[in-house]
Amino acid sequence: MGPFNRVEGDLEVTLDIEEERVKTAQVSSSLYRGFEQMLQGKEPGDALVYTPRICGICSVSQSVAAARALADLQGVTPPPNGDLAINLILANENVADHLTHFYLFFMPDFARETYRSEPWYPMVEKRFRAQAGTAAQEMLPARAQFMHLMGLMAGKWPHSLAIQPGGTTRAIEMQEKARLQAILFGFRRFLENTLYGDSLEHIVALDSTAALEQWIDARDPESSDFRRFLEVARQLDLQQLGRGNDRFMSYGAYRLQGEPIFKQGLWDQEAQLLDTSRITEDVSHSWMAHQTGPKHPFEGITLPDADVEHAYTWCKAPRLDGQVVEVGALARQQVDGHPLIRELVSDSGGNVRNRVIARLLEIARVVMRMEAWAKELKPGEAICHHKPFPQEAQGFGLVEAARGSLGHWIKIKHGRILNYQIIAPTTWNFSPRDNEGQPGALEIALEGATLRAGEKEPVSVQHIVRSFDPCMVCTVH
Amino acid sequence: MADADRQPLNLLWLQSGGCGGCTLSLMCAESPDLFTTFESAGIHILWHPSISEASGTEFIDLLERIIKGEERLDLLCLEGAVVCGPNGSGKFHHLSGTGEPMMKWVAKLASVARHVVAVGSCAAYGGITAAGGNPSEACGLQFDETIDGGLLGKDFTDQQGLPVINIAGCPVHPNWVTETLLQISSGELQRDHLDEWGRPRSYADHLVHHGCPRNEFYEYKASAVKPSDLGCMMEHMGCLGTQAHADCNTRLWNGEGSCLRGGYACINCTAPGFEEPGHPFTETPKIAGIPVGLPTDMPKAWFVALASLSKAATPKRLKENAVADHIRVPPKRRVGGKS
Repeated sequence: MGPFNRVEGDLEVTLDIEEERVKTAQVSSSLYRGFEQMLQGKEPGDALVYTPRICGICSVSQSVAAARALADLQGVTPPPNGDLAINLILANENVADHLTHFYLFFMPDFARETYRSEPWYPMVEKRFRAQAGTAAQEMLPARAQFMHLMGLMAGKWPHSLAIQPGGTTRAIEMQEKARLQAILFGFRRFLENTLYGDSLEHIVALDSTAALEQWIDARDPESSDFRRFLEVARQLDLQQLGRGNDRFMSYGAYRLQGEPIFKQGLWDQEAQLLDTSRITEDVSHSWMAHQTGPKHPFEGITLPDADVEHAYTWCKAPRLDGQVVEVGALARQQVDGHPLIRELVSDSGGNVRNRVIARLLEIARVVMRMEAWAKELKPGEAICHHKPFPQEAQGFGLVEAARGSLGHWIKIKHGRILNYQIIAPTTWNFSPRDNEGQPGALEIALEGATLRAGEKEPVSVQHIVRSFDPCMVCTVH
Repeated sequence: MADADRQPLNLLWLQSGGCGGCTLSLMCAESPDLFTTFESAGIHILWHPSISEASGTEFIDLLERIIKGEERLDLLCLEGAVVCGPNGSGKFHHLSGTGEPMMKWVAKLASVARHVVAVGSCAAYGGITAAGGNPSEACGLQFDETIDGGLLGKDFTDQQGLPVINIAGCPVHPNWVTETLLQISSGELQRDHLDEWGRPRSYADHLVHHGCPRNEFYEYKASAVKPSDLGCMMEHMGCLGTQAHADCNTRLWNGEGSCLRGGYACINCTAPGFEEPGHPFTETPKIAGIPVGLPTDMPKAWFVALASLSKAATPKRLKENAVADHIRVPPKRRVGGKS
């Protein structure tokens, strides 16, 4: 199946179907550009120009990962204003991405003809039909106004150069601080009126499946887009679709003075500490020149070879301690320990419904944080600290993009980039098989997906693929 | 309806060697929003990767119908560079579900399109995708950086006699795209509305320097020396705003922004070859203390004379503010004056 649109970039999925069920799946990323090769020999600071341009939808996340990797080389930390500014800019992108995903990429699949006979179809079709639905016409202006934060704090979006190792290039004045709060208030109004039909405070306080069920039933499904989704999820049992391997990773999201706001960690039956030195990338099923074995990204090599036998993607296979992990909003909220998400995962694991609920819950959690960060900005105090690059060093930068864990690993020698390796969220989620034959997270999630009568390109596969909010241009880069 | 009996313009939007950022920028269109703008231009979206429902075979069928002439294609928009590698095979990007290199699909579709539009510097010239030795052998639709040719060849014209319309920028400003499409739709866009690089002159006849809020610092050569400083970024910080063709500081991005307003240098992203400046992006190369790249159209001797004169006359206010991240010295009231 392919191409899959309404994902960022190009994607192909090969399915082995037996008795109206997906038996196995192979996920293929079909575009290679070679950013890791381009960066070799450049001045380290140039990574701040090149890496955001890996991806137009995770551009700021790429900036932050690069800036943190460079900060690690320099040994610099941002002042409090710098942390707050970076958090606000990053949160702006992440929340806008969640909205874009829900309204433009994910929901339109439920307005497909195949569902026409379903009782809930008229409600969903009117609201979410691709291009014609009323929801996108309300969401796009709200998103554009919300992104005025970028105009104020980052110059533009995507592809800003505002984020630096030691803070940002753009100090915020008193009147701008006031304006930021007004922008956030306007966006809160859209969320409360249109997305949730309830206050952000009530959404983040949903602390159990019982509370969620009660909330769904308290009002008509037509009262908000979140309820519309939850109604469809109930009717289609979306909690039974796209079960992953339930091992979740988060690098920890948003930072103040080095401490993440959403916790860092690994979830494997229970909360565990994350050791990023245990990350490796394998190329056994990738169109990459043969390597002796999986490598930590500091030692990583990117050398494309279109003729490798048994390979089926440009994507490498990242593993943590040799294991497959799933990343994204669900992983982030699970690792952080939000009670609703913990209970949903404990009941039904990682699946299409829970991934979407986690994303929508996270919007409310993050926007409330943004309001607090904007208030904490201190006009007149420093926004950026400065230090020079050493001639020889290595460093890494970790960040949570909307769709999951993103890492940059850099080595410099004689003041130039010797090696630069990037592992993006969808590299984790859409990785191919590894040298042990273990399928990647999406490949696992697709196994067992059922077909509706007469389907050649199952709509269930569309839901599962998009539930990860894949970003294919980041995946391979 | 703006024009009820007008035939809609069928638009097909493809992405290849790029980041998708031009589409994401386009979604920030305002006054009116993107869908309303398309509607006002009479544009019917046959397919766009981020907003259409069809995927898989339904989409591939559409491409085949267009190539056979069964579906009219008025506007072919390509976002992202044409990927020709490895060794000219195009295997670095095959269109999913077809096993065929994307570059072949683009060439076939361009031959039947009424207009061909390159959205962003990658599609126009190769752009960032062609940086650092160009590992994917990326090029633009009608340019390979500054060299005529690209995928379609330098003599390519569309069915209306226009070359590829290069809406260059990394990313594009949403209005560069919407206003160009509106002009195509009204039939008003002519050959002489494009500059030598195929860019719409409506934005490319301006310089980023126009409307730069740091103009007073520029005039006095009161220069920033580190990121977050308020001073002019031309002398030390690599800013190319005085040479870059675009209207970023008069049109503004995401409400009230621009690179300069965001506190960082213009890297001339609308120009072919911007991705390889030959020096670190945020450092100004100099010879004998004088920046190598002078403002467009300015004679060197004049610039040097002006710069030394204005440096000698720089007020204390500008000297101090130039190297601070917020205004330290406000403008004074003139003795006996009112302002």
